[in-house]
Amino acid sequence: MPNRRRAFLILTGLGLLAALSLGLALMAGSLRVSGGEVLAAVVGRGGSAADIVLQLRLPRALAGFACGGLLALAGALMQVLLRNPLADPYVLGISGGAGVGAMFAMLLGLPAFGVDGLAFAGALTAMLLVFGLAHGDASWTQTRLLLTGVIVAAGCGALIALMLTVAEEYKLRGMLFWLMGDLGQSGRWWPALAALGFALLLCMPFARELNLMTRGLMQAQALGVAVGRLRYVIYLLASLATAVSVTTAGSVGFVGLVVPHLLRIAVGNDQRLLLPASVLAGGSLLVFADTLARTLIAPQQLPVGVLTALIGVPLFLFLLSRQPK
Amino acid sequence: MSRPLLETRQLIVDIAGQKLVDRLDLSVAGGERMAILGRNGAGKSTLLSTLAGLRRPAGGTILLDGDDAAALPPRQAALRRAWLGQFQADPFASSVLETALTGRHPHLGRWGWESAHDIELARRALGAVGLDGLEERRIHTLSGGERQRLAISTLLTQAPPLYLLDEPLSHLDLNHQMAVLELFADAARAGAGIVMVLHDPALAYRFCNHALLLHGDGRTESGAVDAILTAPVLSELYGYRLRQIDDGGCRCFIPD
Repeated sequence: MPNRRRAFLILTGLGLLAALSLGLALMAGSLRVSGGEVLAAVVGRGGSAADIVLQLRLPRALAGFACGGLLALAGALMQVLLRNPLADPYVLGISGGAGVGAMFAMLLGLPAFGVDGLAFAGALTAMLLVFGLAHGDASWTQTRLLLTGVIVAAGCGALIALMLTVAEEYKLRGMLFWLMGDLGQSGRWWPALAALGFALLLCMPFARELNLMTRGLMQAQALGVAVGRLRYVIYLLASLATAVSVTTAGSVGFVGLVVPHLLRIAVGNDQRLLLPASVLAGGSLLVFADTLARTLIAPQQLPVGVLTALIGVPLFLFLLSRQPK
Repeated sequence: MSRPLLETRQLIVDIAGQKLVDRLDLSVAGGERMAILGRNGAGKSTLLSTLAGLRRPAGGTILLDGDDAAALPPRQAALRRAWLGQFQADPFASSVLETALTGRHPHLGRWGWESAHDIELARRALGAVGLDGLEERRIHTLSGGERQRLAISTLLTQAPPLYLLDEPLSHLDLNHQMAVLELFADAARAGAGIVMVLHDPALAYRFCNHALLLHGDGRTESGAVDAILTAPVLSELYGYRLRQIDDGGCRCFIPD
């Protein structure tokens, strides 16, 4: 049943989970830092490990949280927009476009900001391309949008494969890590976190209207939703959220598909609760996964995208098997 | 004289370049029940969704409670009319009560949540269509007829002055068909206006006071059911010879 109190309790619980994930991320690593020291460092009291915590681990953890949150939010929005529980943030080709941009930058040997810049430009190009093509005759049905997105994504996949083939060997590792999703290169955490806050603030006022959109466009319109305008807003918002995340952390898979899905099973399909819950859970999942990625076989690091899938798949299957028929 | 709940002026409806309704003037006042009849593909559903403001008319204007429907914000329109569409699949799971509660959307503020009062209204609406006790059921476990009654209860929760019903009887068995028609007859007695697409002229005769016939080529006829629902007119409408039998307050039509 929809009610504020239940939503508040669930969000508080997920907020604690998020805090726990961030705390663990700050403590774990080649140098173990105790909880007390982390706390001291975060509140500015210094301490022996303050530099490691504040300069290295905190930015990476915050970037991870922001990216996970953005992906989960974008996934939840895409699923509503396409009225398809199997949609994810990458289904419309945005990560493909970013991948082409990033691979091209790496192929040229551009520095980190060049890779980020071209990745973002690629994401925006893919977004506008899909939108322009799908919107052609102003009808832009879900099927047409989905089909256009899938085709553009396939084209991007081919371009990426081409660039991987011609790339010099020493560049390949970096390129593959980017494609699998990797937080090791993400220096700037605040653009992603700001984008996350902005996106969530922008879509929350429409949450109940999104609930109606899951029941069909005509029904939603008959019940008083300005469907045409809302679809533009949601498409742009989900696309930009995906673009920011992909630019920051590469194409981390799985979070955007599974987190909203998993929460829908656990807490229901009310977007007023589902959207903020997805942000908290998606952020937490990515931070947990990244902590494991850097500690599991340290000093060797794993790409975080592999870990999100390895954690998410069994969790998801478990919940699915327990779901009442 | 109060304003009509629904009025069309020189309304033109077309689909894929074909004119289905040509310059229709129509008026539905509170308490009035209008049936829309016509062959398959004559434009009954298209006309109804146009009246609901879900499709743009090719010409003319539609007034909801005196105001131009095209200029009305969607939420305002939802407070003045409800629309029952034909069956649609739901890709996401949802409970019966949650579905009925969606009817309260236009009544709630942007940040509002459903109150105990809204839940009470939804429960009452579910009771009115005989779905009480099924509140927590998942909608994909319902039968086609139950789904249809749930859609009707969502409309009752919305509680508008004007109901636009596209085949309200589809998937319903005989007793539920009568119950649903009685339900809307009651709503009309309480002051609501009803427009419904029906397939059975006998039910239209019994439960409506006006009928609008669509010939599918732009021509329309309308009038009081007594005058217009007759064997010669309907035989031409459906392109099949019908025989008319009057019995007390009922009139039925038998294919010859």
